Amino acid sequence: MALKIVKGSIDRMFDKNLQDLVRGIRNHKEDEAKYISTCIDEIKQELKQDNIAVKANAVCKLTYLQMLGYDVSWAAFNIVEVMSSSKFTYKRIGYLAASQCFHESTDVIMLTTNQIRKDLSSPNQYDTGVALTGLSCFVTPDLARDLANDIMTLMSHTKPYIRKKAVLIMYKVFLKYPESLRPAFPRLKEKLEDPDPGVQSAAVNVICELARRNPKNYLSLAPLFFKLMTSSTNNWVLIKIIKLFGALTPLEPRLGKKLIEPLTNLIHSTSAMSLLYECVNTVIAVLISLSSGMPNHSASIQVSFSRHAHTFSLKYLGLLAMSKILKTHPKSVQSHKDLILQCLDDKDESIRLRALDLLYGMVSKKNLMEIVKKLMLHVDKAEGTTYRDELLTKIIDICSQSNYQYITNFEWYISILVELTRLEGTRHGHLIASQMLDVAIRVKAIRAFAVAQMATLLDNAHLLTGNTQRNGICEVLYAAAWICGEFSEHLEEPMVTLEAMLRPKVATLPGHIQAVYVQNAAKLFATVLRGHEGVPADSMVAQETSQLLIDRLPLFVQSSNLEVQERASCILQLVKYIQKLQQKDVEVAEEVTALFAGELNPVAPKAQKKVPVPEGLDLDVWINEPPSGSESEDEGRKSKGKAVFAKEESRHTKPRYTEVDEKELAKRREVRKAEQANNPFYIKASPSSQKVRRDGVGVEHIPVVQIDLSVPLKVPGMPMSDQYVKLEEERRERNKADKKKKKDKKKREKGEKGRRRRGDSGPESEEDITPAHMVDIVTEEMPEVGIYTWSLPHWTFSLPLSESTARHLNPCLFPSQKSSTHKKKKQKKEKKKKKHHHNHSDGAGDESVQNGTVEEEEPLPVSNQSPFTLSINPCPLCQIPVCDIQGNLQDGSQVVVSVIFENKCDSFIKSMEFNVLDSLNSKLQRPDGAGPHDGLIVPFQLPPGISNEARFIFSVQNIVMPQKLKGTLTFIVKTDDSSTHEKLDFKLHFTCTSYLITTPCYSDAYSKLLESGDLKGCSLKLEGVNQPFHHLLARICFHHHFSVVERIDSCASMYSRSIQGHHMCLLVKTADQTVSIDAKCDEPGLLGNVLDEIKLTFSQC
Amino acid sequence: MQFMLLFSRQGKLRLQKWYVPLSDKEKKKITRELVQTVLARKPKMCSFLEWRDLKVVYKRYASLYFCCAIENQDNELITLEIIHRYVELLDKYFGSVCELDIIFNFEKAYFILDEFLLGGEAQDTSKKNVLKAIEQADLLAEENRPRQFFFSLLS
Repeated sequence: MALKIVKGSIDRMFDKNLQDLVRGIRNHKEDEAKYISTCIDEIKQELKQDNIAVKANAVCKLTYLQMLGYDVSWAAFNIVEVMSSSKFTYKRIGYLAASQCFHESTDVIMLTTNQIRKDLSSPNQYDTGVALTGLSCFVTPDLARDLANDIMTLMSHTKPYIRKKAVLIMYKVFLKYPESLRPAFPRLKEKLEDPDPGVQSAAVNVICELARRNPKNYLSLAPLFFKLMTSSTNNWVLIKIIKLFGALTPLEPRLGKKLIEPLTNLIHSTSAMSLLYECVNTVIAVLISLSSGMPNHSASIQVSFSRHAHTFSLKYLGLLAMSKILKTHPKSVQSHKDLILQCLDDKDESIRLRALDLLYGMVSKKNLMEIVKKLMLHVDKAEGTTYRDELLTKIIDICSQSNYQYITNFEWYISILVELTRLEGTRHGHLIASQMLDVAIRVKAIRAFAVAQMATLLDNAHLLTGNTQRNGICEVLYAAAWICGEFSEHLEEPMVTLEAMLRPKVATLPGHIQAVYVQNAAKLFATVLRGHEGVPADSMVAQETSQLLIDRLPLFVQSSNLEVQERASCILQLVKYIQKLQQKDVEVAEEVTALFAGELNPVAPKAQKKVPVPEGLDLDVWINEPPSGSESEDEGRKSKGKAVFAKEESRHTKPRYTEVDEKELAKRREVRKAEQANNPFYIKASPSSQKVRRDGVGVEHIPVVQIDLSVPLKVPGMPMSDQYVKLEEERRERNKADKKKKKDKKKREKGEKGRRRRGDSGPESEEDITPAHMVDIVTEEMPEVGIYTWSLPHWTFSLPLSESTARHLNPCLFPSQKSSTHKKKKQKKEKKKKKHHHNHSDGAGDESVQNGTVEEEEPLPVSNQSPFTLSINPCPLCQIPVCDIQGNLQDGSQVVVSVIFENKCDSFIKSMEFNVLDSLNSKLQRPDGAGPHDGLIVPFQLPPGISNEARFIFSVQNIVMPQKLKGTLTFIVKTDDSSTHEKLDFKLHFTCTSYLITTPCYSDAYSKLLESGDLKGCSLKLEGVNQPFHHLLARICFHHHFSVVERIDSCASMYSRSIQGHHMCLLVKTADQTVSIDAKCDEPGLLGNVLDEIKLTFSQC
Repeated sequence: MQFMLLFSRQGKLRLQKWYVPLSDKEKKKITRELVQTVLARKPKMCSFLEWRDLKVVYKRYASLYFCCAIENQDNELITLEIIHRYVELLDKYFGSVCELDIIFNFEKAYFILDEFLLGGEAQDTSKKNVLKAIEQADLLAEENRPRQFFFSLLS
């Protein structure tokens, strides 16, 4: 026996250790796989031995192989064996192997629970340490649940080495087993003030990470963190704290004001870039939107940043930060234009791309041409097609953004597009083509120029189609052919273009382009006929053209592309017929042109909604009685209809249901709504849903504006976009001069000059720049607010006026004095609203004002105190400090009471029993089989100084009246030598507020609710309230579970719903220290009580 | 931090630490993809790149690339600092560390990393503390290693 062991040990001496393995692998570069497979066989032998040292060595080697990508999952059990060795050397290797190889689905993990628990409580701190480290990598929900308590105990270990590890690993435990958070939190909070800085920073780390997931629960820690922030000198901790505040500030705007000073101090004093970066990021993310004083700061921050931007990494981060500033303060970034343009020359592509992103946001009317010129230079220089393509798309994006807002000269833009077609190998021919089409269609004034350019393009098509199939740029010909055909009346020499379009080479183009060629050749043919008929000398030309078509079209008739073939043969027959008529000297031009008559007008994508519903058509009535299908099918159809028409909560009665009375119907609707609200697959009706207007608005009311040109139109040959830069400058000079002149003869000019800008929304310096052409405006969303019609000397158009259009419409649409004042008023109002909005939302909702109503604002808790306190006799031993009562969303008759038990004495408390004397109305829900007077056993024990939370469910029948329930808590206090039975009486106060559930409500649904007339009113006056209105609202929201529906100045409407579905609407108005609340609810009793409670809330402050 | 990878200029993985549970297949895929992306970058490029929905921070020390993936709100610069701190720790422990040290003592490199980071968060910002902990753990390991050897030889 002994001999065998000795033999084993001697064998072991010849075993490979890790170093040998590594060396071996390096020496067997050619047949690595083979070598490793022999090694794995050896390892398998080694694992079979009893000697733990051999096993550990084998496991160590396996860990290495695992990294090289070999599967070692078969050895999982051996790893567990090594983990459970009593020797630290092997244990450490075992845990390392486990942390590298185990994952959630490794089944042997279940076997480790007890071993880990043993190691955690080992007297040797390093045993505990490796166990914690290992656990942090492979913790599963089961392990987390089983070990949470052990780790929690370790958080108060005597050695800081263990404490900090235990605190850090708690985060992983919380993620896997969220229930552990509540009991562990008090201790975690304690660790924020641990004497050891390592433990403290670990606690900050964990809380910061938790708060990022759910900031609301950590608001109460803000003062503590604030203290830490001003006292700590550890940059690592500071970064985490600042990040934490970044998460908290959106919830509590007042924090922002407090933060400004310490943050600016840090920014100016710190030498650590990482800290500076974090501060800047936080300032940008949350503070800028809150404070009007901030822009100056941000500018200074940014300057300091760009000054440091000498290394690549910082340059990148600087650009990143700027792009964030850009969103709120474009002006302060615009001053760094040169710096950003420099970044385009950077070697690093990611820096260049960032810079491009920034440029997109920076352009204005003034600098667009300059920026694009620079970009065009880069396009020529750029290496690699991906970056060049990126540049190309950016150029187009920059130019076309917000409806070509920044383009003052479309000739220039067309030239840019044409220049871009010379790029080789780009994939974005399609994009360029669609831009050409868009501009040519929408900017009427540019058509002649565009057509001339496109004709040249067609003529030089061979240049573009060097190697046709791979070259995406030939897509441009699609646009060129279409534009030349559609607007052929602008062509100088249609014959030449027609000839170019029918060249045999065209047949090599992709099918869809050929099809367009054929179709547009026909259009050109019509134009040629019209030009030449009637004049006897020219009739020959017309006939020649017909002959040309008849000669060339057969090529396309043979095309393998169906579309091309069909069009070609159709047109060929047509032309043949026309030729016959021509030979008989019949005039055909008129009739041929009629084939392609009709003007194309741009139409907004949502214009359909503007079309009024004809009289007598009810969209909600069934055209045919629906087949009596299954209920679910019917549901599906109904909801589909909702999505299409985007109608909020159809209140219409279907004929099918007409026999059902209103009440029943409402009930059903309620049920269905609740069901839909909980079903993630339902598309909810959008709050800004459009209503179909019946004001007789037709398609002709879509604003279409034409403006003539002030630039010479004809530029011969291929254009050079550069010349436009000069032209533009000249034009601006001229405009300035014009303007001066105009001032002198203001009166005469009035009403004539239509393109003057008024009520500008862009930077002031842009006011002088007038666009040379006007884009036909197609607003994204058709307005719904009001329609005003202006009559003007030159043209008439109607202008639907609302904030959403005000944004899109160029202000030069307001030629007369009258209209501009109107608009100003409107804008002022908008601004006012915006201001309010900014005051107490995080500013990210900037867009939400778009539809003219201030949308629901997030209520902000004024303080973090719970709305509910237990009135209890002070007891030295045990205390129930707070409890929170909330309605159960799932069940209309249930209320959940969460009670936090805290042990304030130094003895152990156990066997707690919670009992409440039921009333007729409210009953504590007890488990099945328990008698009506039995208490509920609290499922935990409390060591000294520990608190924990338990939840109890009460069933409630009537929610109209507030209630007080008496209860007792019995428990056993255990001291070292004795234990005593104690009792604690308390009262639970169910206010009516606690039956309310914060439910958001959209303003249109809200107004429908008020109009429905089944709500009873009641009102309340509060005198001497001198807090700001938004605080007041926040207070009502927070304490009484309301949500703000709409707020205008010092007046707000609020909404809440009870657990039994009662609607409650408030209209809160304030005027010098007096607050009046008009309330409506379908349950007057409940309403009265809630109002009393609101009154009480305000009398307490 | 989501994970940390160390790899050579040839693309050989030298160390990997995952702080998020992923299957082996996925880990391999991510590693391959990331090693390729990082190696393709030129020396004068910045140390950050956006990759999937994460940010990748990397730095090259001699022939080794240290590469970390962090979440979007995380601070890139402090991650660079963490990488540097780890290199310093390796350097102190091995005495002017080179790639071979990490290859042949890869478990040591892991132990140091585990003392420095736990679950992706820095557990101690003091280099001294980390080195002290690792030295003492090593001492403990040395203590029972030879004894075990003789014991098995003599019994």
